[in-house]
Amino acid sequence: MGTAMTVAVAVSAFAFGILVGSLGASAKLSHSLALNVVADIYTTVVRGIPELLVIYLLFFGGSSVATSIAAAFGYDGRVDLNAFTIGVLAVGLISGAYSTEVIRGAVQSVPFGQIEAARACGMSRWLILRRVLVPQTLRFALPGLGNVWQLTLKDTALVSVTALAELMRVTHLAAGATRQPFLFYGTAAVLYLLLTTISTALFNRAEISANRGVRRA
Amino acid sequence: MKKIVSALALGAMMAVAAAGAAGAKEWKTVRIGSEGAYPPWNATDTSGKLIGFEIDLANDLCKRMKVSCEFVAQDWDGIIPALQQGKYDAIMSAMTITDERRKVIDFSAPYGTEPSVFAVLTDSPLGKALNLGADRIDLNDQAKAKPVLDKLAEALKGKSVGVQVSTIQADFMDKHLSKVTMRTYDKIDNAGIDLNSGRVDAMFGDRSVVEAVLKATPGKMVVVGPNFIGGVIGEGMGVGLRKDTADLKAMFDKAIGEALKDGTVKKLSTQHFGYDISPK
Amino acid sequence: MNWQLMWDSLPRMLGGLSLTLQLIVGSLALGALVAFGVALLRLSGNRVVETLAAAYVFVFRGTPLLVQIFLVYYGLGQFEFIRESILWPFLREPYWCAILALTLNTGAYTSEVLRGAILSVPQGQVEAARACGMSRALAFRRIVLPVAIRQMLPAYGNEVILMVKATSLASTITLMEVTGIARRMIAQTFAVFELFIVAGAIYLVLNFVATRLIKFAEWRLTPYLRARA
Repeated sequence: MGTAMTVAVAVSAFAFGILVGSLGASAKLSHSLALNVVADIYTTVVRGIPELLVIYLLFFGGSSVATSIAAAFGYDGRVDLNAFTIGVLAVGLISGAYSTEVIRGAVQSVPFGQIEAARACGMSRWLILRRVLVPQTLRFALPGLGNVWQLTLKDTALVSVTALAELMRVTHLAAGATRQPFLFYGTAAVLYLLLTTISTALFNRAEISANRGVRRA
Repeated sequence: MKKIVSALALGAMMAVAAAGAAGAKEWKTVRIGSEGAYPPWNATDTSGKLIGFEIDLANDLCKRMKVSCEFVAQDWDGIIPALQQGKYDAIMSAMTITDERRKVIDFSAPYGTEPSVFAVLTDSPLGKALNLGADRIDLNDQAKAKPVLDKLAEALKGKSVGVQVSTIQADFMDKHLSKVTMRTYDKIDNAGIDLNSGRVDAMFGDRSVVEAVLKATPGKMVVVGPNFIGGVIGEGMGVGLRKDTADLKAMFDKAIGEALKDGTVKKLSTQHFGYDISPK
Repeated sequence: MNWQLMWDSLPRMLGGLSLTLQLIVGSLALGALVAFGVALLRLSGNRVVETLAAAYVFVFRGTPLLVQIFLVYYGLGQFEFIRESILWPFLREPYWCAILALTLNTGAYTSEVLRGAILSVPQGQVEAARACGMSRALAFRRIVLPVAIRQMLPAYGNEVILMVKATSLASTITLMEVTGIARRMIAQTFAVFELFIVAGAIYLVLNFVATRLIKFAEWRLTPYLRARA
């Protein structure tokens, strides 16, 4: 039961993180100084303070922020974020900070000559992005994103402080109530191991498929 | 860029739209926060649902107030901040009414009351030392309480006591036993685990809850010493409410008054505790 | 935002700094030892030993640190034979449980970083050392290890930052380090935002100092790169 919730939070947070990461990476690579600074502050702060604090801050502050954003769009009344949304947002923001760096590195490792060549072939900017930059970036980013996914999956354990019934909270309650902490935490550890093992295998397959056009030495 | 921002904000709003709408002026739904790890007051069943005395009582009170109840689980150490943030409208989580808490939130009339007790390992020498020759100590009666508290401090010298964080028991330790090592736990169960394994020498908590903790390992631990009431142990358990919801407080006060009068509290209490915890 | 409260809370929170620093330094130092041992075992050439070491790394990298901390603290204390063993005086204390869990965790990650670094030392350098008449042990000590340590520093810097942050989880097993004190004060004042922001700022400063230290170590260990300038 808790495991399904853990997977749901991890997958949504990872997806949200990639979205944030793409925006963050484009901000870092843009020529606007303001965007560079904002993205730098974001990655430095989020990667520099404990995940537990990020989750707490969002849990207790998230609704106020969402309410004021909604007010700015003319919606009055409280906006309430439930524990699931908060968990996804918090873990997603953390995951996004790491994804930003991975994606930025991957974009930069696409040889510039390829883009010049594409332009010389008469491709539009959009076409270059879709046909050259994104596929290449994906290939370079996959190993790094695999690591981010592992981090994200394990960070979901901290979401238990928001009382969302994911694997860790269910375990914690059961361990306390039954006086069998070793059994329950041990089981949780095995379940997490299973999740990380399965997802590592999936990422390896994705890597192979992303690399299928690359000549091997 | 601006487009992206507004698109994102719109997406975020859509994600929460379902949860929006609540908090209207007329009370139709009251969301109640509870810890869910404090049996028999409140607990969580295997499917993650909140259960216990307070959940049954809340359902009864809501019927009287003609509103529908929604329950929200919340860890104890964030239970007041989450109320203030509007994650729910009322706390029913064995929260004792104290002046300290009154500074930040409002309380309904009390619906339950309970003394606090110590528990130790059955074979611990502390068992004898904590037998202070009194059944019940009212901390408001300072003349009587003083000598007992002195004896208590002497008996626990150099020992450690486990309590739940930010509870009246933690306040008691701070005020009367400041020289005794206090270890604070997020959940009372964890203090029980550590007493069981000998990491702390005693635990201190609400009587029924300590007894429930002991029940998990029969014979290993016992309740010792007097029942402490009054003073920092407070005025009984009430519903915690935001300061700006006086109307809701009036509704709860009325409903609790009725439930006490017609014996509903007594009935539910006997069912969950085995005895009557309604305030005298 | 209550600025006065934030300012007033600072001295009390810094009171937890010493414990936080002990946890960081203690587990990083012990973790480095574990990592060194495990990396050597994984490169030992003995199949059984290699599998065991790999299993350790796999388990500790594949599970959340929070689970590891609870498993060490609440889980081990459950057993009678552990409570009666000579280890109990240590495992009885949340302090040593936190150090143990953090050490095992960082040991697993660091051993991978170190192993990668050792493997990246060019084989030619080792051959050259052997040709000069160095024994395998001497070549490892004088050539492979110094080069590997230089190589691993940037990745190790990331691990240090992760550990600084990880010590905040020690608050979940009753330790009163910076986060523990912040949570205790929140329980008294209910000022969640203010106090967690102060705590967050303390960790940011710690991480800033940690990154500088690693950068300095990198600079010290790579004099040959500086000479070119």
